[in-house]
Amino acid sequence: MDKHGPAVSRLVLLKHKASRRTDWAVVIATAVPAAFLGLFFFYPLGSILERGLTQDGGLDFPSDVFFSHETAQIVWFTVWQAVVSTVLTLLAGMPLAWATARVRFRGRGLTRALVVVPFVLPTVVVATAFLTLLPTGLQRGVVPILLAHVFFNIAIVVRVVGGYWSRLDPRLWDAAATLGASPARRFRELTLPALRPALSAAAALTFLFCFTSFGVVVILGGPTRLTLEAAIYDEAARAFDLRAAAALALIQLAAVAAIVTVSSRLEARAGLVAPLTSEQAAAHSPSHRERVALVASLFGGALLLGAPLAALAWRSIETPDGIGLTFYRALGRETPALLVPPWHAILNSLGYAAAATLIALTIGGLAASVIARRSAGWLDTAVMLPLGASAVMLGYGFVIGFDTAPLDFRGSFWIVPVVQSLVAAPFVVRLLAPALRAVDPRLREAAAVLGAPPARVRREIDLPLALRPLGVAAGLAFAIALGEFGATVFLARSDHPTLPVAIFRFLGRPGAENQGVAAALCVMLMAVTTAAVLATERLAARHGAL
Amino acid sequence: MKIAATLIAAVCMLAGAAYGAGSPSHSKRVVLVTHDSFAISKPVRAAFARQTGLELRLLQTGDAGAALNRALLTAGKPEGDVFFGVDNNLLTRALAGNMLVPYRPAALSAVDRRYDLDATHRLIPVDHGEVCLNYDKAWFTEHALAPPRSLDDLGRSAYRGLLVVENPATSTPGLAFMLATIAHYGENGWRAYWRKLRANKLLVTDGWEEAYEQRFSGAAGSKGNRPIVVSYASSPPAEVFFSGKKLAQAPTGVVLSSCFRQIEFAGVLRGASNPDGARKLIDFLLSPRFQADVPLSMFVFPVRRGVPLPAVFTQFAPAVPHPLELPARTIGANRDRWIREWTSTVLR
Repeated sequence: MDKHGPAVSRLVLLKHKASRRTDWAVVIATAVPAAFLGLFFFYPLGSILERGLTQDGGLDFPSDVFFSHETAQIVWFTVWQAVVSTVLTLLAGMPLAWATARVRFRGRGLTRALVVVPFVLPTVVVATAFLTLLPTGLQRGVVPILLAHVFFNIAIVVRVVGGYWSRLDPRLWDAAATLGASPARRFRELTLPALRPALSAAAALTFLFCFTSFGVVVILGGPTRLTLEAAIYDEAARAFDLRAAAALALIQLAAVAAIVTVSSRLEARAGLVAPLTSEQAAAHSPSHRERVALVASLFGGALLLGAPLAALAWRSIETPDGIGLTFYRALGRETPALLVPPWHAILNSLGYAAAATLIALTIGGLAASVIARRSAGWLDTAVMLPLGASAVMLGYGFVIGFDTAPLDFRGSFWIVPVVQSLVAAPFVVRLLAPALRAVDPRLREAAAVLGAPPARVRREIDLPLALRPLGVAAGLAFAIALGEFGATVFLARSDHPTLPVAIFRFLGRPGAENQGVAAALCVMLMAVTTAAVLATERLAARHGAL
Repeated sequence: MKIAATLIAAVCMLAGAAYGAGSPSHSKRVVLVTHDSFAISKPVRAAFARQTGLELRLLQTGDAGAALNRALLTAGKPEGDVFFGVDNNLLTRALAGNMLVPYRPAALSAVDRRYDLDATHRLIPVDHGEVCLNYDKAWFTEHALAPPRSLDDLGRSAYRGLLVVENPATSTPGLAFMLATIAHYGENGWRAYWRKLRANKLLVTDGWEEAYEQRFSGAAGSKGNRPIVVSYASSPPAEVFFSGKKLAQAPTGVVLSSCFRQIEFAGVLRGASNPDGARKLIDFLLSPRFQADVPLSMFVFPVRRGVPLPAVFTQFAPAVPHPLELPARTIGANRDRWIREWTSTVLR
């Protein structure tokens, strides 16, 4: 299977030679993300875990929490619902990933952008939309939880797998077809192995989101079904039992670390390195049969993703006096629910998300460049861990970790984008690392043999090849920052609410008007997300090498 | 690409500048740390700035429980100057956590004595409200059923599957309602009552938002199908006020005998960077101006005597003559055990 055997071994030799000199670029690319994560993730999280687990100066080992029957139940539910959700999301996402990656049709770019919209909506809002759509008997339980998880995370599969798929050279498939391989065999023996890095990356990200699911589980599951994340929140923010919260948070972190380690191994061991090509060349006009499949997958996607979104949009125009724009006009008016006119939230969201995207691209990009080219498993795990950390514990960690000069920046602007970028950076890494690995090593090798120093190889080979996935990553990172709620609501100043925070404040007040303004703000969030994803993709497509 | 980078950088800088603008030094502003439900109208906020020369900045840090826990966590190195939003049900937790310093505002003499629960004056009462069962008038008319009159009624088979309550472990109205049943039925009878409610198919939600806006049939625009909910005595005037119409009657009613009193307190945070401003803010919270604002901004009642109520309150908020009560000390000593017992009775 390993067609690159000789090339790779030669590369190893070359690398070996090169590594005698210190490659400062690599040192910096490792040190910057490591320092960032150390300061903004491990230090605050460590502070709050330490506060929870020490008693009178000594370690208070929470064995009672670790080994209780209740904890075991919570862990079991957390794991199995995440596994099932991930499998369902992959199954539901693959047809759309294929359609947006391989088939040329009108509205392809828009479809890609729209798929991301559910991903950024506040969980409270979506859970509510599900409540109104589902029949009474199905409103509570595991089924609505699974449905909502698919709804939210389908974007991950479509963008991560689709983004990768859209650059695989179709001539390999054509050749296989010419040689008589059936479509099923081509899928089994070419498509799946070739997509394996992207599939395992998407599966890992989806799993982490479902594993740490909070709002969806609390509302659609009812008070008897708890994930670890929800249990941690209850202990930390309600019962104020930091010890139990810290114990559960440790279990969650350990589980996440294990998952991440396994999945990045899987991702790095690509089954089949297929040659890459440009996106234009990878897509084709659909044949008759493919047209049927295309319509079916688009229709299915529209039904699953569109119905809850449409319900929300409908609520924003359904006023007590009939259909109208009353709630949109209210966006300009300051009310006691929010300290500023609601439209300010749009600007705040854009500002925070732009800053968070810059940070995430820098940190994630540097980390990916290291992870893709040498075994830096610890860095990979470290970047991914924030996705699996409890938002409330991290928030508390920021509050007690940064309370003294020179680290007292609890009220500063940057604290919000920094936290948002912690959640966005893993996506940047998961999108870029497989793409960088897939760069034909012979290209780098040839450049090196021709005398190009490592920096020039990176600048003239890796960077242009990475621009297209970088665009996808930027779009997703921006969307994640726009939608981040758990940590943002914890750290954003009340006079600088983001869109999800503003939505949450209006939802929490009674009366048709407040609920309507919340729905109107949701529509704004959808519009901003779609525009942002479209714009970043256009930019990257225009400037990318492939 | 360059254009894009410049654009992004410009947006960041603008956002940063907008954020930095209006950041006066510590002695010129006072930071109020509070929960998500806090609200103040613009003119009243401006009045505070005019009277004191201080900018009032808010930090809302979660629901009432989460906000208090965060303040306890940062006791001594607080994130602001004043904390608002401890209620009588969590009073002992706040006092035990050593997060506040005493201050006795002069205006306390204008406050009804029964609201003043802390003799050390670390927690000053600011507003009160009653947590009560609300019912959907139209639903009961339509189904030709009399609305419930008492807690006992909810256990009757005629009211099967009609009630939605909040989990007392995760919601303050939920906690207040559980305490109401304890105050009414006593330590020995309240669990039997909840067993009856459970057999009568009650629905438990995590928070007020879901219970009232999604599950309760009487909230405007709700698709809920349960006509009885745990909410506030001030929810009917809120329904009228936010309906956008002139209503002759509130669409919802209150079961007066189910009400439990909630009082909200504020205090000066220990280690505040502007203790002087903090005391001025406490004074302001008890001033006639702010007290008159709380009904329509937060839908609670002022604690100060003689503050006029807005028409929508006098017309649609029922007076609760004898709300159920428990001493704060009793609540403090038993709260966690009661919540555990409730959980095993109702959810397990």
